[in-house]
Amino acid sequence: MIIDYPAWRSKTKEADGNSGGGLLLRLEFQSDPSLLCAVRGTMERLTEAFGFPEPECRAVTRAVDEALTNIIRHSYKGRLDQPIEMLLCCVRRQANGEASDGLEILLCDQGPSIEQADLCMRALEEVKPGGLGLHFIKQSMDIVEYKRTNGTNCLRLVKYVRAAKKSVNS
Amino acid sequence: MQISSRQLDKTTIFDLSGDIDLANSPAVRKALLHEVRDNRTPRVVMNLSKVRYIDSSGVASLVEGLKASRDVGSRFILFGLSTSAREVLQLSRLLKIFEVYDNEEQALAG
Repeated sequence: MIIDYPAWRSKTKEADGNSGGGLLLRLEFQSDPSLLCAVRGTMERLTEAFGFPEPECRAVTRAVDEALTNIIRHSYKGRLDQPIEMLLCCVRRQANGEASDGLEILLCDQGPSIEQADLCMRALEEVKPGGLGLHFIKQSMDIVEYKRTNGTNCLRLVKYVRAAKKSVNS
Repeated sequence: MQISSRQLDKTTIFDLSGDIDLANSPAVRKALLHEVRDNRTPRVVMNLSKVRYIDSSGVASLVEGLKASRDVGSRFILFGLSTSAREVLQLSRLLKIFEVYDNEEQALAG
């Protein structure tokens, strides 16, 4: 599996002005739904160690799980033996004069190109099954970007650690 | 994930444990729809107290169960939602759509 990861990252840095961060973890696994629980376990521990509060640990874990579910269902059409690569990196941004660390997650697959029209969400007002995964991802993450490079689909998710609110008296 | 069921008068209680995700939500859906559509059980109760995580496919299975129960005029009840499961139903704006109770006693009395 060849993934043009450095090219993606350098363009990403130019686009949002973030400084690049270090690779924390790299996972390669097959598109088997029975492996999702192992990835969730990894995400739960990693987000906790990264310093996210508990609700955000759950949110980031949920976003990654839903994104992987989409890859398995839509990109690989349920095939169990297709490659998925997941890269987790630390990134830093400057906003309003303050720096904050973020967790960047790249999910890469070798399935066919995803058309923008396929990335549909149903209206939340409708009570019907399906179409919720992308809602969960967008509600959970600060940045959600999709890109296709050299035959690889890459979904980039970023969540920043919120600075603790300063006390009024401090 | 494990699914088992109990009968109590005209009620079927499904006891689920583990995570409901893409790997096993089809099994949940199948068991639910069989109970509602084929057995026509008047009241189906889902015990989620040992379910730690539900993904969108799990939510979709619960929605299908709810819709099927509405179609046949039966009741579909959830109880024992974890923080994570409650969050998912809130995010999808479905929490108020379901009949939800804290525990089995309340679910059966409701």
